[in-house]
Amino acid sequence: MRRVYLDNNATTPVLPEVLEAMRPYFGEHFGNASSIHHHGQETRAAVERARESVAALLGCRPAEIVFTSGGTEADNLAIFGLVQPGDHIVTSTIEHHAVLNSCKHLQEKGIEVTYIPVDGRCLVDPDDVRRALRPNTRLVTVMMANNETGVLQPVNEIGKICAEADVYFHTDAVQATAKVPIRVNEIACDLLSISGHKIHAPQGVGALYVRKGTTLEPRFFGGSHERSRRAGTENVPGIVGLGKAAEQALKSLGNGHPSDVELGRLRDRLESEILRQVDSAGVNGAGAPRVPNTTNIYFDYIEGEALVIALDLKGLAVSTGAACSSGAIEPSHVLTAMGMGPDRARASLRFSLGKQTTAEDVDFAIQLVPASVARLRELSPLYNKSTAVHS
Amino acid sequence: MLNHNTIAVAMSGGVDSSTVAAMLRADGHNVIGLTMQLWNQRRLAGHAGMPETVTGRCCSLDDVYDARRVAETIGIPYYVVNHEDRFERDVVRPFVQEYLSGRTPIPCSLCNNHLKFDQLLTVAQQIGADAVATGHYARVGFDEPRGRWLLMRPSDRSKDQTYFLFGLTQEQLSRTLFPLGGMTKPEVRDLARKHGLALAEKPDSQEICFVPGGDYKNFLDAYLAEQGESLPDTAGELVTTDGRVIGEHSGIHNFTVGQRKGLGVATGSPLYVLQIKGDARQVIVGEQEHLYSSTLLTRRINLISVKELLEPMRVTVKIRHRHEPAPATIQRTGSDEIFVTFDDAQRAITPGQAAVFYDGDVVVGGGWIS
Repeated sequence: MRRVYLDNNATTPVLPEVLEAMRPYFGEHFGNASSIHHHGQETRAAVERARESVAALLGCRPAEIVFTSGGTEADNLAIFGLVQPGDHIVTSTIEHHAVLNSCKHLQEKGIEVTYIPVDGRCLVDPDDVRRALRPNTRLVTVMMANNETGVLQPVNEIGKICAEADVYFHTDAVQATAKVPIRVNEIACDLLSISGHKIHAPQGVGALYVRKGTTLEPRFFGGSHERSRRAGTENVPGIVGLGKAAEQALKSLGNGHPSDVELGRLRDRLESEILRQVDSAGVNGAGAPRVPNTTNIYFDYIEGEALVIALDLKGLAVSTGAACSSGAIEPSHVLTAMGMGPDRARASLRFSLGKQTTAEDVDFAIQLVPASVARLRELSPLYNKSTAVHS
Repeated sequence: MLNHNTIAVAMSGGVDSSTVAAMLRADGHNVIGLTMQLWNQRRLAGHAGMPETVTGRCCSLDDVYDARRVAETIGIPYYVVNHEDRFERDVVRPFVQEYLSGRTPIPCSLCNNHLKFDQLLTVAQQIGADAVATGHYARVGFDEPRGRWLLMRPSDRSKDQTYFLFGLTQEQLSRTLFPLGGMTKPEVRDLARKHGLALAEKPDSQEICFVPGGDYKNFLDAYLAEQGESLPDTAGELVTTDGRVIGEHSGIHNFTVGQRKGLGVATGSPLYVLQIKGDARQVIVGEQEHLYSSTLLTRRINLISVKELLEPMRVTVKIRHRHEPAPATIQRTGSDEIFVTFDDAQRAITPGQAAVFYDGDVVVGGGWIS
C-alpha cells in the first residue's frame, strides 16, 4: 500500500544526512563526552559542534544551549527551574500539555497561574499578557507556534512587554523551529524550547536556550553536565543528529529559500483543493499567521476520529489534534480555546507536511480526503438532516 | 461461512475476542481490530472506597495494551475509538437511575444495545467494514423460511451470553458475527495458544466493567459525589407483606429482590427482600415462600425470531443470566407489553432485569421486567 505521511507535527522522519552524521557515534566514536581520553575528546568535540549549530539556528551563543531529552524536558526545565513559591506565572490556554500540566502541577502546590485566552484565530493578545502581569509574576510562557493549528503567536511583542516589566519570558518553539526563522534577540525571550524529532532529528533529544545570566534550578542532579544545568551523560548520537538537523534547517530557512517557500505552496494547494471540493469545511486558524507546513481543517457532520482511521486504512496518515491526546475524550483544548463547539472540534483534522513531502503526496491526499469525507457524510444522520433542510 | 470483505473485530483484550481476531485473519479476511474506550478506569479511583488502581478490566490500560499486542502478533491494524460520552449517557447513568429507583439494572445489555452493536457498528461502517465480530458465546444466522436473522444459544451452554443480547435488531444481527458460537471455552483457549497469543491463559472478567470489585454501592457513592450530586435520601421503612412496619432502611438502592443479608432486623425466620417500592421508599420483606411468583410483566420488548407475537406462545424464559430457562407461556397484553406465565413459580423475579424468551436454542426475544 502506498503510504503518505502528513503528520509531521507529531514527528518527522530522520533525514538521511542526519542519520549519516549520527552513524559514527553508534560505531567507532562511542566515548563518553566527559571522558578525558581520546574517545571522550572526540565525542566532546562532536557535542560542541552540534551546540554551535543549534546556537546558529536560534541566533544565540553556544554556551546558552542546554541539551535535553526533548521538548517536554526543556519546557519542564524552564518552568520548574525558574519558578519559586509565591511566584505567579502567565501562560496561555493553547500551550502544549508539557507546559499546561507543569503549570497545573505548580498550581496544586500553591503557585498562581493565569491562563490567557485566545481569539477565534487562535491568537494571544499581547495586551492581555501585559494586563495579567503582577508584581510577583516570575515567568511568562507562551508558545511560538501552536502544534495543532500552526498559528504563530506574537512572541516579539510579548518579549518586549516582558523585558519592560523585567519578567522572564519562555517560549515553547518546538513547532516553530525549522519552519520559520528564530532569533532569540528579536523575540527577546529568556528561554526557548526546541525538540529534535520535530525537525528531522531523532526522538529523545532537544534543547533549551537559556539566556546568559538566567539562573535556573536544575531538575536533574548528578554530574555537572551542561554547565551544571542538566546532569546526565550526553546522548551523543542524538545531539549530533540534532546539530545536523539544525544545520539543514538553517540552510533552508529565511529569505524564502526555495524549499521553505515550496513547503508553504504545497500546504496551500492541499488546503485550497480540499476546501474547493468539500463543502461545510474550513480552516481553523484562518486569518492568522501560520507556520508554512500546517493546516487544521474542520469537516462538519462527521467524526474526526473515524475519518483519521478511514484515511489511515487507505494509506494517508494525519491526526486529530496533538498525538499525546489520542484516545482522550475531550475535544482539543486548543480548538475549544478558540471558541469552537465540541462537534466541530471533534470534526477537525490536522495535516502537517514535512521536508520530505512531495507534490505527489499532496495529490494523493487531495484525491483521498474529499471522497472519504463524502462517504462518512453519507453515513451521518446529521448531514442528511441538514442537507434536507436546505433543499 | 462469511462473505464479508472487511470485518471489524471488537477487541476487549480478553482471550475470546483476541481469538476471534486471529481466526478471522487466518481465514483470509480483511480484519481491523477495534477497542472501544468506554470508561476511564482511573476516573473514580480513590473516591469513596473505590480501589486506587484498576487493572485487568475492560478499558483499563492493560487491556488495551493486550489487545494491541494481539493485533500486532496477528498483523492487523488496530485502533482505539473513544465513546466514553455515549457509554456514560446510555449505560452508566441509567445504571445509577435504576438503582436509585429500586430496580436492579443490567448494564451489559444496555452496552450491547447502544455501544457494542450500535455505536461500534456505525464506526465499523464508517471505516469501511461490513460487519462486526465479537467474542460473545452465541450464534447468529439467517433463517430462510422465516426470512429473519436468528440469535441462538451457543454450543457451550455454560458460557451462553444470549441473555445480554436479546435487544439486538434484525439490522444489527445482519451485520454481526459470533465466530465462537460453536466452540467451548477450553477449545477457544486452545486455539489462542495455537495462534501464539500470549493471553491464552488470561482469566475471564465476569463483573460489570465499570464497577471494579463488584461493589456497586461504592460506585454509586463515588459517581454521584464526582458529579456533585448527593445520594438522594431514600431511607424508609421495612415492611412485611401484611403491611406491618418492622424496621428501617437507609436507602432503597442498597437492596435487590431476593436479598437476605443486610436487612438489619432479626426475626425468627430468615427474611428476604420481596419488593422495593421506590415511590413509597419501602422495602417489602417476607419469608422465602413469598419470593416465588409465577408471573411477570415485561416492557420495551424486542422480538427477534418472530416479527410479531399475535398469539400466546410456549417458550422457556430466563429471568437472569444465571438461571435455567423455565417453561412458560408468553402473550402480548399491550402495544409494548408481554405477560409471562410460568409453569412453575420462579424465585426472586427482579424488576430491572430482563426476561428473555427461548424457543429451544432460538432466542425469540425479550423485554425488561417491570
